[in-house]
Amino acid sequence: MTTRTWGSVAVPTVASVGAAFALSALLLWLVGAPPLEAAKLILQGAFGSADKTANTLLAWTPLVLASAGLVVTFAAGMWNIGVEGQIIMGAIFATFAAREIPGPAWVVVTATLIAGAIGGALWALLVGLLRTKGNVNEIFGGLGLDFVAFGLATYLIIGPWSRQGIASTSGTDIFREEAWLPTITLFGASMPVLAVAMAIAATVVVYYLLRGTRLGLRLKTVGKSPRSAYLLGIPNDAYILYAFAIGGALAGIAGTVQATGFHHKLVPAVSGNYGFLGILVVLLAGFSAKWIDPIALFFIAVAAGSTQLDLRLDLDSAFGDVLLTVTVLFVLFGTAIAAQKRRRRATMGAEP
Amino acid sequence: MDWSATLNSVIAAAAPLVFATMGETISEKSGVINLSLEGSMRLAAMVGFVVAFWVGHALAGFGAAIAVGAVIAAIIVFGNIRLKINQIAIGFVLFLLAVALASFLGDSFVGERGLRVPPLPIPVLSDIPFFGKVLFDHDLVVYGSFLAIFVTWYLFYRTRAGLSLQGIGERPEGAFARGIPVNKLRALYAIIGGAMVGLSGAAYSLDIKLGWRETLTLNLGWIALAIVIFGGWHPVRVAMGCYLFGILQVAAFELQSVFPGVAQVLPIAPFPLMILALVMIYAGWFARLGDRWPKARGWLISEPPGAIGTIFERE
Repeated sequence: MTTRTWGSVAVPTVASVGAAFALSALLLWLVGAPPLEAAKLILQGAFGSADKTANTLLAWTPLVLASAGLVVTFAAGMWNIGVEGQIIMGAIFATFAAREIPGPAWVVVTATLIAGAIGGALWALLVGLLRTKGNVNEIFGGLGLDFVAFGLATYLIIGPWSRQGIASTSGTDIFREEAWLPTITLFGASMPVLAVAMAIAATVVVYYLLRGTRLGLRLKTVGKSPRSAYLLGIPNDAYILYAFAIGGALAGIAGTVQATGFHHKLVPAVSGNYGFLGILVVLLAGFSAKWIDPIALFFIAVAAGSTQLDLRLDLDSAFGDVLLTVTVLFVLFGTAIAAQKRRRRATMGAEP
Repeated sequence: MDWSATLNSVIAAAAPLVFATMGETISEKSGVINLSLEGSMRLAAMVGFVVAFWVGHALAGFGAAIAVGAVIAAIIVFGNIRLKINQIAIGFVLFLLAVALASFLGDSFVGERGLRVPPLPIPVLSDIPFFGKVLFDHDLVVYGSFLAIFVTWYLFYRTRAGLSLQGIGERPEGAFARGIPVNKLRALYAIIGGAMVGLSGAAYSLDIKLGWRETLTLNLGWIALAIVIFGGWHPVRVAMGCYLFGILQVAAFELQSVFPGVAQVLPIAPFPLMILALVMIYAGWFARLGDRWPKARGWLISEPPGAIGTIFERE
């Protein structure tokens, strides 16, 4: 095994990102849109004013929280495709708390966050239990539970939690203001300071959890080599469940931010696709928490900014998603090609 | 209620899913998971619709859709076999990429009126009371779906090629030792499977749900993936799963006016059923049923292909 030096990962990554951008520019040029103008519009759409920056940051936090959780599940070798469902479940539990818990804002907000974390963790544990006790692959179990969570949210919205008089999938009643995730007015816009603080805290905690703690080391052992973990006396199943509980709790908090901070109600599409986007973020970050914050910011800037393309250049806003997914695909292939060259060189060096 | 008409629409509704699930079954049996289904199907539906619209012939649309599915599968096997990238990772990224491309490129075609496959009742056979209406009053896409089930079953269980297909998915080392080119065949079957997924996309946009919009095949790719597992990787059982889902779809449509909300909840049903089926496989329920009815054993025993999702490297 050759050592992965900084340059051996960074160079192919940067080259792949460059190639992906070039291809996207070409695509824009082909459909008759000026690429530089598009880049400018994307940046303006994301950070053009204090309000836009506040919205970008508010969208950034659930993506970071979900990604941080995914770093933990990936560390244990698990493909947590169920992350979408865990975000939805977090939002459902948070909605329950927002509707039922009386009292001042700090009580209700704390309750929604705890409830959201519990909801996400329980839903993730179900995936983990299906995997460890029922031998159901976590990819298929998680995928199934994504849809079950979505169905449950839809049912609650048109059923028991429907708005007064009308049952529609447009969402529940708006929460009372005590349940809204608090913001602070800065530069004339309501900045989601608490949400941003939680996202950064989650990144730091996950980074140190996996780098400097016994739990993290054991999680990584289980992920890299279940057999050696077994031989070392580490109970694989228990650690897989720990990983799902932590990852799910973070996804659940992401769902809480979506419900109480962004929509201020429960909607069927409450996850905002941040779970699946989070998987892309973590793939791009090389499964480490180190770079998820800036990568997530890039993702959100592109996603938020591309709505401007729709308005100004009459381009479908899905262009942002094309740019992001092409970038991840290129990095995946670019780093793999570099790794293969390294392997070839290593084996050639070994032969006399 | 006219039962023959209802069953007729169930079979028609399930036809595109049959192509997608047979394709995915072939791919997974050989050891390659194509996780991109939801995206491949959607992009193929879009491209198929647009090409048929431009050329003015449905066949061109089907060809283009097949190419889209095959290319996506080819990217997966190239990355997986040559570059050792995890199948799930590539498949997942391609799912999101294809979804995004379908929205981006197809945006200006939303609402256009396209072509449709002409109905083609089979003479004589379609006059058989009841069954004629149910089975033989369709179009080429639906007859093609019957053929796909039969060919997949025949390939798996009645040919030598099918034996090696199962071998490379179960025990690639063993197959390799017997001189079977594991990775070449995996690439071949994954690409054939992907082509069938592409075909199913066009079957939606040119046959079942005419036209193009982003939600045309919403979640049907995931449902196809779930049905393959629900059907235990056995072509006939997988086909049963497709028809079961066809019944759910038709029932949801019929019951919509009586129980509002049913339309949203019923399409979720395949997913819990998939999980249940996986738990039952593990708990050995199917195996015990097989012991009770030895004749049905071949149908009931279902295990995921042993080497599914793994990379084969010869030592």
